[in-house]
Amino acid sequence: MVTQYITEIESGVDDTSRLAAKGVSVGYGARTVIDDLDVAIPPGVITTIIGPNGCGKSTLLRTLSRLLKPTKGTVVLDGDDIVKLKTRDVAKKLGLLPQAPVAPEGLTVSDLVARGRHPHQSWLRQWSSDDAAIVERALAMTGVADLADRPVDSLSGGQRQRVWISMTLAQGTDLLLLDEPTTYLDLAHAVDVLDLVDDLHESGCAVVMVLHDLNLATRYSDNLIVMREGSILAQGHPRDVITADLLEEAFGLRAKVIDDPVGDRPLIVPIGRTHVQLDGNS
Amino acid sequence: MKAAVAPGVRLGSVSFVWRPWLALVTLVLTAATFLVFCLSISIGDFPIGLSQVIATLFGRGEQVDEFVIMDLRMPRALAGLVVGIALGVSGALTQSIARNPLASPDILGITGGASVVAVSLVTVSGGATAAVVSSVGLSVAALAGGLCTGLLVYFLAWRRGIDGFRLILIGISVSAMMEAITTWLLVKADIKDVARAQAWLVGSLENRSWDEVWIALWCSLALLAVVSCVAFQFKPLHFGDEVAAGLGVRYSMVRAVLLLCAVLLAAVAVSAAGPVPFVALVAPQVAMRLARCPTPPLVASGMTGALLLIGSDLVARTALPITLPVGVVTAAIGGPFLVYLLVRANLK
Repeated sequence: MVTQYITEIESGVDDTSRLAAKGVSVGYGARTVIDDLDVAIPPGVITTIIGPNGCGKSTLLRTLSRLLKPTKGTVVLDGDDIVKLKTRDVAKKLGLLPQAPVAPEGLTVSDLVARGRHPHQSWLRQWSSDDAAIVERALAMTGVADLADRPVDSLSGGQRQRVWISMTLAQGTDLLLLDEPTTYLDLAHAVDVLDLVDDLHESGCAVVMVLHDLNLATRYSDNLIVMREGSILAQGHPRDVITADLLEEAFGLRAKVIDDPVGDRPLIVPIGRTHVQLDGNS
Repeated sequence: MKAAVAPGVRLGSVSFVWRPWLALVTLVLTAATFLVFCLSISIGDFPIGLSQVIATLFGRGEQVDEFVIMDLRMPRALAGLVVGIALGVSGALTQSIARNPLASPDILGITGGASVVAVSLVTVSGGATAAVVSSVGLSVAALAGGLCTGLLVYFLAWRRGIDGFRLILIGISVSAMMEAITTWLLVKADIKDVARAQAWLVGSLENRSWDEVWIALWCSLALLAVVSCVAFQFKPLHFGDEVAAGLGVRYSMVRAVLLLCAVLLAAVAVSAAGPVPFVALVAPQVAMRLARCPTPPLVASGMTGALLLIGSDLVARTALPITLPVGVVTAAIGGPFLVYLLVRANLK
């Protein structure tokens, strides 16, 4: 059953992909979370990793971003083994936003976003006019320019997440890795942040993110990676990947997949125990 | 719309962010430190005018003054300056690394380790070693003791990285152990040695010799040079390891180097002046609030530490009817001032 969902995952790197994992195994201490996994991130689209809790979504993202070192296999960034690259050179190519980052109390929005220029700076050249222009553009693009002088801790959760994304943007990479950018946000703010992520994608960035909410993932991604127990169950366009059978298989979730009334993607309607009126078979 | 992004300054190929308030506060603190430094030399049993002090410092003094200034008072004032800066910078580093204001070198076991070594040298073998070991030897031994304990705490706290709370908890445990050993040594020691050990334990700038001051000065200068080289890489670490890694910082290396520097600076300070309490804890916090920075500013923290230490020493030996050890005064002045700054922030 499993193999039929896998749509065209080549073993190895596909030519257009800038970031790929080849035969990667990762774990924490003695515990192996991901075993012998291959994946290629397609360029210029939004890729979202979904899967049940503890399936290794974040571990995969952290491995792709070089936060974790694989015990076996390699992560390839623009043709190079990412582990062998300098940390600074990775930071010039790949922007990373970890889960729920915390800024020091009292730090202003502009100072936080300005820190995104760090990979491009040196001891002698700590701030250039280029830096200022790029930071201003990042602030404007994420809609937080008006908040520039405010302390980050005085903002709402949604605004704060915009500011962090703005910092990642100021890094000037066209590859962004976001680990659960909508954690702790209500639905309205989550949609707001994902609209921003889509803007970044429109402006030419490839985005890889981890999301919990399946419908948001379906709506905002061009490429879904569905994981279960450390391996990839399916990968492809949401229209091809999201089916009732797959949701049952990956999450153990009984759901009905219908056409999204406001979008061109599928919509997942979970079937719980109560208040369900089912006609015929699910 | 006003300029949102901090303006930059360029001097040839060197450029940095221009923060006028931080620059002003640092300048004022430096000027105040210099003033108190000169005052500390000028005031004494044989008063010397401030202008003569400054003239002598720049090599244009009269010979009589020069003896009093350079041979008698300078070592004490200079020791205060060096120890104050070392403690201030050390505290700023440890507090930033642990992302916790409680993480001062006092709490991380450095002071405790230095104390155990110093007290055991003075007491265990009685006067025998004490006579052999000069005061310089005592300083070096205390430095080694502080360094070893600091490293011990670091390695015990290491678990796939350094976590602030773990570092503090282990630091407190090791400090308590060291304190127990110190007390035990004092209890079973000869009463004459105890007096000498106690004198070391309260922390004091009295009777510093040029030899001791030179060691502390050169060690501190070397360490501060390392810190200033690495400090730029350190800035992203305030956001946590993962963000720092994302910004291209080899965080474990940067942090290990800076923590080692912090431990060494604190150990140098303790070996030169004994365990002066509270300076390393309070100076970075005061500097941070004066400079309105979200994290302890290194230079301003060092200057605040020096100002607090030399100022306290001055108060301790002149303003009070009895001569108190400087450590008592640093706590008495620094504590209330920090509380005042905290309360003032609450009222806003």
